[in-house]
Amino acid sequence: MTESAALASQELSPAIGAEPQRVPFSLNGREIEARPGETIMEAAERHGVAIPRLCHKPGYRAAGNCRACVVEIEGERALAPACCRQPAAGMNIHSDNERALHSQKMVLELLLADMPQQGPSPYRPDSELDAWAARLKVFSPRFAPRQPVAADLSHPAIAINLDACIQCARCVRACREEQVNDVIGYAHRGKHSEIVFDMGDPLGESTCVACGECVQACPTGALMPANNAGLEVPDQRVDSVCPYCGVGCLLSFHVKNDQIQYVTGRDGPSNGGRLCVKGRYGFDYARHPARLTTPLIRKPDAAKTPQLIAPQELHDHFREASWEEALDAAANGLRRLRDDRGGQALAGFGCAKGSNEEAYLFQKLVRTGFGTNNVDHCTRLCHASSVAALLETIGSGAVSNQVADGVQAEVIIVIGARPNDNHPVAATYMKNAALRGSKLIVIEPYGSELYLHAHKFLQLRPGTDVLLLNGMMRAIIEENLHNRSFIDAHTEGFETLRQTVQAYSPEKVAPICGIDAEDIRETGRLYSKAETAIIFWGMGISQHVHGTDNARCLISLALMTGQIGRPGTGLHPLRGQNNVQGASDVGLIPMVYPDYQPVDDPRAKERFEALWGTPLSPDRGKTVVEIMHAIDAGEIGGLYIMGENPAMSDPNLSHARAALAKLDHLVAQDIFFTETCGFADVILPASAFPEKTGTFTNTDRRVQLGRQALAPPGDARQDLWIIQEMARRLGLDWDYAGPEAVFEEIAQAVPSMGGMTWGRLEQEDSLTYPLEQEGDPGRPVIFQGGVFPTADGKGRFVPADYVEADELPDETYPVILLTGRQLEHWHTGTMTRHSRVLNAIEPLPYVLISPADLRALALESGDLLTIESRRGKVTTSARVDEGMQPGVVLMPFTYHEAAANLLTNDALDPHGKIPEFKFCAVRVSKNGVAA
Amino acid sequence: MKRTRGKRGRIQGRVTPHKALADIRQLLGDESRARDLLVEHLHKIQDRYGCLSHRHLLALSIEMKLPMAEVYETATFYHHFDVLKGDDAPPPPLTVRVCESLTCEMFGARELSAALRAAISGEQVRVQPVPCVGRCHAAPVAVVGARPLEQANKDKVAAAIAEGETACPLPEGVRYAQYREQGGYALLADCLRGNRDRDEIIAALEASSLRGLGGAGFPAGRKWRILRGQPAPRLVAVNIDEGEPGTFKDRHYLEKDPHRFLEGALIACWAIEADAMYIYLRDEYAGCRAMLERELEALRQDPPGPLPPLHLRRGAGAYICGEESAMIESIEGKRGMPRLRPPYVAEKGLFGRPTLEQNMETLHWVRDIVEKGADWFTSQGRNGRQGLRSFSVSGRVRKPGMRLAPAGITMRELLHEHCGGMLPGHEFYGYFPGGASGGILPASLADIPLDFDTLQPHGCFIGSAAIIVLSDQDSAKALALNAMRFFEAESCGQCTPCRAGAAKAVALMEQPEWDRLLLEDLARTMEDASICGLGQAAPNPLRCAMRHFPGEFES
Repeated sequence: MTESAALASQELSPAIGAEPQRVPFSLNGREIEARPGETIMEAAERHGVAIPRLCHKPGYRAAGNCRACVVEIEGERALAPACCRQPAAGMNIHSDNERALHSQKMVLELLLADMPQQGPSPYRPDSELDAWAARLKVFSPRFAPRQPVAADLSHPAIAINLDACIQCARCVRACREEQVNDVIGYAHRGKHSEIVFDMGDPLGESTCVACGECVQACPTGALMPANNAGLEVPDQRVDSVCPYCGVGCLLSFHVKNDQIQYVTGRDGPSNGGRLCVKGRYGFDYARHPARLTTPLIRKPDAAKTPQLIAPQELHDHFREASWEEALDAAANGLRRLRDDRGGQALAGFGCAKGSNEEAYLFQKLVRTGFGTNNVDHCTRLCHASSVAALLETIGSGAVSNQVADGVQAEVIIVIGARPNDNHPVAATYMKNAALRGSKLIVIEPYGSELYLHAHKFLQLRPGTDVLLLNGMMRAIIEENLHNRSFIDAHTEGFETLRQTVQAYSPEKVAPICGIDAEDIRETGRLYSKAETAIIFWGMGISQHVHGTDNARCLISLALMTGQIGRPGTGLHPLRGQNNVQGASDVGLIPMVYPDYQPVDDPRAKERFEALWGTPLSPDRGKTVVEIMHAIDAGEIGGLYIMGENPAMSDPNLSHARAALAKLDHLVAQDIFFTETCGFADVILPASAFPEKTGTFTNTDRRVQLGRQALAPPGDARQDLWIIQEMARRLGLDWDYAGPEAVFEEIAQAVPSMGGMTWGRLEQEDSLTYPLEQEGDPGRPVIFQGGVFPTADGKGRFVPADYVEADELPDETYPVILLTGRQLEHWHTGTMTRHSRVLNAIEPLPYVLISPADLRALALESGDLLTIESRRGKVTTSARVDEGMQPGVVLMPFTYHEAAANLLTNDALDPHGKIPEFKFCAVRVSKNGVAA
Repeated sequence: MKRTRGKRGRIQGRVTPHKALADIRQLLGDESRARDLLVEHLHKIQDRYGCLSHRHLLALSIEMKLPMAEVYETATFYHHFDVLKGDDAPPPPLTVRVCESLTCEMFGARELSAALRAAISGEQVRVQPVPCVGRCHAAPVAVVGARPLEQANKDKVAAAIAEGETACPLPEGVRYAQYREQGGYALLADCLRGNRDRDEIIAALEASSLRGLGGAGFPAGRKWRILRGQPAPRLVAVNIDEGEPGTFKDRHYLEKDPHRFLEGALIACWAIEADAMYIYLRDEYAGCRAMLERELEALRQDPPGPLPPLHLRRGAGAYICGEESAMIESIEGKRGMPRLRPPYVAEKGLFGRPTLEQNMETLHWVRDIVEKGADWFTSQGRNGRQGLRSFSVSGRVRKPGMRLAPAGITMRELLHEHCGGMLPGHEFYGYFPGGASGGILPASLADIPLDFDTLQPHGCFIGSAAIIVLSDQDSAKALALNAMRFFEAESCGQCTPCRAGAAKAVALMEQPEWDRLLLEDLARTMEDASICGLGQAAPNPLRCAMRHFPGEFES
């Protein structure tokens, strides 16, 4: 566990009353005191005595193997490692006498003798070995060097130069104990000992996930960013936050000549210095030559068709324009439609990758400038159903507990989520928890690597979650393991739940779910009996026509067992995008204003009319898929899209693309020429994440500050500026000086963030809401004491009966297709497929298939497969995966070459309006031809 | 870990090799896949296939739900596992191991190695230099397959190969029934029936001043008492990883009278109320292993009382695993890397539990001490010392072998009273009093009592009491280099002073002229700053050579 995670857990435990005992001892003749639990090294450090160390890294388990930190403890035969030993009262310890110094220096001399040219590390300018050698004046080693060691440059992101390795094994701990990716080993023996990947494989061919924790841990540069990027001395370091997923890792961009050279993890509350491959190596997309740098206007003769336009052909269809001309064209097209056909003829798609400030202004623009609530974003494709269920049952759509707190639980259920691919750093904490002894229960149709760490792995058949969860609830009630006092005091509607789940005995649901009844019962027992228990869930729960029902069942499970409202105990829907939580909080949703105030609630409408000084539409707006249908039906003619890519991300793409081609006027604001841009009338070149400043709210309700590190390239502009220019042209009198001014207005619009100030964010980088009054600490755990933000303060059971998927397999389409993401790529690939490293690791589309199914087709991994649904057909290479069940295939939806969403079903969950990305019927055949 | 990755259309990663997995499943049958059995399971693959291929290691990692890196680093740590690189061909089916440690080198092991390599190496046979195989009284020793050949020569080896004699004969010691007939296990049965008091037994051990005979010499009774005070569950671990060059006493007792130590160990289990007992036996003692398996089974079939689970675990060619915490790591199925202490093994040992770890010979004496009384043991010393010592004597003496003698006996007394004096034509020159790590003493210091605590002033220790006698035909300097090469090869590689220090020391000692100042600087850090006894004691021979044999350094 890192320091910050430890701190986070300490914050939650009750304050310790008594002053803990300090340990008096003598260091170098000086009487000092160690704090309880402190090592000699730590106590010395606090008293200004620096002891050399190489294998020691704060936050990591002390290994004590380099022996550079040895000190003399009077009365002990041998020297002791200061990094591992704790002083005892009365000890006389010497870190700087002749005996201690002799060995400290000899260790440095031995290691220096084995460095290239027996001198400073050629791989990094700030080698810790070099620094200590200089400090202790160890220069020309008297020993002969070791045998030469070959470099391993097989990986696109990481260079391995083991001739600078001092075998401190920090990388082994980084890989196995911190991130628990289990790739690095320390093999062979004695002087032949070496760092290896898997079974001595080249790194580029190993199972390395390229999280880079080892690189960050290496003290000498034996592991470094590839291509000597680490040798550049950066001009500046900009502390920011990761632009990818909802985990919200804090990081630093190291910038030189307006380029990010490399990225390091910062000790943030949700990452403790850790990052994943995207955060650490996926930063170079911002400087990709394909960036849009000039506004573009569609040529008058360039007709719109449902066909995609390849980026290299864009100039056949578009011409360059000045900002003035482009903005006028963009805004005028929308204004004409508004004025001719009314605000309901317009819609806007905001962006969960943008900042809170951008999302807030975007929805305000649509509501006040377009005059409609037709504003939505990818939350609709993500957790809309979870939020619907949470709001209806316990009155709040946000997570009850933060990841750092949740992983302290005794029982951790991860259902319908593959955090090791999609929330990699959160997954590392789950694996840490499993190593510490928490019982990790993974419930998933796909056997991802997380199951290796699981106490129980229930590999259910796709779409059978309600059956499984109802069966589990019935078993809990049968065995009298439900929490009656909690149910009585804090909930209502239990009786109807009890009656509903009666029909779902574990024995009855077991064969349909593909899970033993006893496993269902045992999981129920583990969960209900645990002192602390948390449920993490993801898109596997939400992206179904019964997504809301799935979430209702999870909430019921927590309520009936009282597993909510305590530290380490609650519900956590893992948010996907880095700012999907924030974008939702600030109102980028068609049925609610900021702070989830319903647009059809007259009091809410009045409040926002007052705040914004303009009348507002009383009608709920349309959701993403509904907007596409409305375009198809001719009801909506104008669309403003900031950052989203519906031509790739929507279900049933043929239909979505046809709809986009029908638009009278489409304004696309993006950093690359996305698939969606091809349908645009005006394209506005916008800013990439590192090119702007703003706040981003992670899955934990932490509002975190992203700071600008680069200038936008060419004539690209910051999104906040573009939105404001659009607003002015739509008749709004806006003049926000910058994100800070917008944030002040958000604090007024969203009471739970009311106490946050920009100044405090600049100082602390990360604040948790609810934070209503200035100076509040923020509340990491909500619903404490079982009090919910509902009218009566109680949680409500909403029972759910089993509903089958919309499109079941049949004789013609016998296979189930799931879609998902993969570690290296983000969504439709706009950013990651423009990142050299990420695209080098995973350059090609594929479909995961079980070994049995592949054998039945007489194919091998890598051969081409054609996958066809009622809506479309793609051909891509097969990748055999033992985690796949027979009769199920899985595709990432990243690749335009084989777009999975051509196949998916656009049937919607009736409550969350989320499409069923996680289930449709397909047939799979060989002899296909790649598209 | 990423299961698969598709680079340029190829699929890489942890893809199950189905045929290899079927092999592994067949080989392991319904045995547990628990983590601690990794080394045992690796042995099964090595025994069956003669090597460890990547496919089999991958399959094993999948079958045991372990990371590939953990399987690979463990497999490559042990010398008795042949891990193939990539698509390398497997090694020849038969391995002839030639011991090149101290005594064997004195008796021509290198020449034997060279001769064998020239004569028999090929597609069917390979010749490997190995460290001490525990038969130093009959140097030089070669091991054909698992069959040790004493006073080996090219012809003997060739004959054994020709005859297909590659199995280790089972030693013919006292068997279970016989041991019981002779009154064995009566004491244990008495204990188990509640007729004995635990404190009384421990008190007897304390009074006997029996000390740990693996080399460290920690008082046995005190150790048992410490364990009594530790929270349950507790475990007992028996160390038979005898590997100190020159030492063969444990093998001697094991071959002759295996139930005597077992009874001692079971009394220890009873005394500290242990939940289970683990016996760790070095892989080189293949005959002993088969015999011990048989005898343990006999014991389980007809136990003198309720027994705890008894686990016999097999080393895999790693001297370091004789170090108590490294042995525990190895039993847990990991690389034999010593742990940092504190916490001590008695507090946090095997599987994190308080563990009583004892050398086999220490337990061998328990029954006698309890039955005959502590006085019987204490009365046996000489020159002011108490007890008995089992000296493994090898080198230039007429009658080498295991010699049970009073503790405190001097080298000169041992040589003349027990070993028949020097070999004809050899003049007494010096001796290793405690194997490779105990240092070297000159003939002029042959009158000091040999026991714990008596040799430190001279830069030596008695350790496992492996006495190697040198004559005027030997060189302390050359043998110090032999010892340092041994430590270099056997260093686990964990800490800098030992890993890098031993390698640098060997390089310096291979020079015609030693840089004695630098060697002394290095020796000091190895002794002071290494994690475990291996690195700490490794410089003893080199320092002793410089200190006690100055004549060898005059040019």
